[in-house]
Amino acid sequence: MQDVISKLSNIATDSTLSPAQKAHFLSLEAENLLPYPALDTATQEALDARVICDMYEGHAPYRPRYVLPDYSVVLKNGSEYLELPAPQTLAEAINTLMIAYHHVPSITGMPVYIGQLDELLLPFCDDVSDDDLYQQIKLFWRYLDRTLPDAFMHANIGPSDNRVARTILRVDAELKQIAPNLTFFYDPDISSEQILAIATNNIVECSKPHIANHPVHADTFDERGYGIVSCYNALPLAGGSSTLTRVNLKEVALRSESEADFFENVLPNYLELNFRLAESRVDYLFNKSNFFNSFLVEEGWIERDRFTVMYGIFAMAEAVNILQEKEQRSGQYGFDRVANDLGLKISKLLADTVAQRPMENVWRGRAMLHSQAGLSIDVDATPGIRIPYGTEPDPVSHIEALARHHQYYHSGISEILTLDETIKSNPEAMLQLCKGAFACGFREFTANVASNDLVRVTGFMVRLSDIKKFNAKQGSRSNTTVLGAEAAENVGILERRPRVVGNELYPGYGQ
Amino acid sequence: MNSTQATVSKILNFSCVDGPGNRLVIFLQGCNFNCSACHNPHTIGQCNNCGECIPACHVNALSLVDGVIEFDPQNCDQCDACIEVCPISANPMVRRYTVAEILELAREHKPFLSGITVSGGEATQQLKFVVDLFAAVKADSELADLTCFIDSNGHLGASGWEKLLPVTDGVMLDIKAFGKARHRQLTGKDNDRSLQSARILQAAGKLYELRYLLIPGETDSDDELDQLTDFAHRLGTDVQIKLNAFQHHGVRGAALEWEKASENGVNIVADRLRAAGISKVVTPAVFV
Repeated sequence: MQDVISKLSNIATDSTLSPAQKAHFLSLEAENLLPYPALDTATQEALDARVICDMYEGHAPYRPRYVLPDYSVVLKNGSEYLELPAPQTLAEAINTLMIAYHHVPSITGMPVYIGQLDELLLPFCDDVSDDDLYQQIKLFWRYLDRTLPDAFMHANIGPSDNRVARTILRVDAELKQIAPNLTFFYDPDISSEQILAIATNNIVECSKPHIANHPVHADTFDERGYGIVSCYNALPLAGGSSTLTRVNLKEVALRSESEADFFENVLPNYLELNFRLAESRVDYLFNKSNFFNSFLVEEGWIERDRFTVMYGIFAMAEAVNILQEKEQRSGQYGFDRVANDLGLKISKLLADTVAQRPMENVWRGRAMLHSQAGLSIDVDATPGIRIPYGTEPDPVSHIEALARHHQYYHSGISEILTLDETIKSNPEAMLQLCKGAFACGFREFTANVASNDLVRVTGFMVRLSDIKKFNAKQGSRSNTTVLGAEAAENVGILERRPRVVGNELYPGYGQ
Repeated sequence: MNSTQATVSKILNFSCVDGPGNRLVIFLQGCNFNCSACHNPHTIGQCNNCGECIPACHVNALSLVDGVIEFDPQNCDQCDACIEVCPISANPMVRRYTVAEILELAREHKPFLSGITVSGGEATQQLKFVVDLFAAVKADSELADLTCFIDSNGHLGASGWEKLLPVTDGVMLDIKAFGKARHRQLTGKDNDRSLQSARILQAAGKLYELRYLLIPGETDSDDELDQLTDFAHRLGTDVQIKLNAFQHHGVRGAALEWEKASENGVNIVADRLRAAGISKVVTPAVFV
């Protein structure tokens, strides 16, 4: 208990955390004083060894990891619980959303999904001038970045070409904020060539938006729809994901005698344990936590039976290279045909296993496979199925090496293509690259331009200048305003975390 | 004609600096200029099988078979030690490609491509290959929407362009200098044919871009820039001028003593050209 007290005391007195950040970590510590949902011995051992991982979501899942409310409900009906009338004007609609976001839980406490904004706001725009629309979106965007500073908070637009989507793209390129993250849904039959070009030009400008292959996602989900949230997770709208448990394929490969042993024994064993880990968490959420008594369910923002389980995997690159070595083959993942085929065989086995394994209290009774983008504590383990950073081949070869995997990862898979800044004078190349990626079967297209200040790290956005200032111990952008001469003498304050961070990335205090 | 071959120095399936959009770029080996400022000097010469590169290769990817250099791309780790020791600015790693093989590559990467660019070396030295390749692209139902571009020094004569232009969509033409003596000194050749090529291409509506390498103290004098302005005006004010910045990467010999072009220096020249009425002046996205 003394350890716990001292850890709580460290959090409460930490000089680098804001009061809200302290409250978050204190609540996490308190939650983790509770016993973990019951696990069998084998699952517990695999979790302790971190061959499987619960993303440090906490011991008592009292809210789903990701919640994707259907905000059209509150815009149409208002909310009895929140004492909100149905909005009539654009200003009222935006105001209603701003209020709604504060009642949407997630694993970090910040909303990860803020809606299909163009579709939601268009009905309120008939009498709004272009200039007024621009002003209102700009203020809305500023509000989001300053009050919900989480890089995983995600807005969706598209696939149609419309005034709101165009205004959002214009404002996003202009403000270059970390939050919100943004995804444009592209459908060649619906989207115009021009709006795709605007979106890819924006990537050249500020590494956003992420572009989703809408027809492929739409096929995966149902008529109620889907949203892209957080680090490129595709999830059912009016639902979300109860939990995310993931398998470290590198650790599985290390525990295998040979490629055959990996496929026949070791991997199937850990895959089953990862299902059990998810099941115990889902059971707590659905049967013990009372989460679904919420007004969100009563008023129809979300539905109890639309929550999936994200079945994550990572460190594919390391796993393949370890198995290649065990089989005395030298080819490396991402570059060699045999190694790439081996990776694909793993993805197929994962997808087949997930498709066959029934789960209770899960949307459609099956989990959804996910290529997981990592935590800050992952060491020598490449996110998802990516090719390790710094060793990627040219963008075309990169896409071609991984495209075949995309069919299997229904709840999301993201590559980050790093492009050198010469592309700035030729944005058409970005457009062509995106079209090529989709033609090859990519579910989503994400690119960083190397010289941009705003770039992705594992999937969420950061400002390089923030990191640079932070590393130089000058404090981050948002902190500079509060840094007086006195404070500057306090090294602790200078080491405080940036104001806008990717909260999901940090599993707990001190990590 | 699909069996026509070329000596290829390198192929890139992603380039955003060799014409509009993303392009498959085929660098052909061999150049009729010998520019002191060349950024790819190893593309100038043709291998004469002297074998001096063999001991430089630390992975034994090079050997002499029946007096001819043989290169094993499987072993090569692309350290480029062989091209550094080559006494004639050639490249023992070149490969022969047929038109059919290039078409195959284009098909493989088709969804990603806006077009194909042949560069070099001096691409037009292997004229038959380029003509056959472009004609084959235009005739192929699957590839016909790819644009075909050439990056050239313009030393090709009028009769050569006559063969090439019907199958070419655009040319990036380098003018190394306007002063006759300076051009000869920088490249080893006169510039009459390059200037003539610019006129031919402009008249045919195929001059995509006139490229000019700014070398401080060499090609940025008032006299040179006035001639550039004058030449551009004669071609027509719609001509696009791409200013390139001399830098040291890849450069060999005495030219390493020359000063690199700075971003500021390039911008001053760009402003000067714009002020003189040339509307489309493009500067590099990156300075190194």
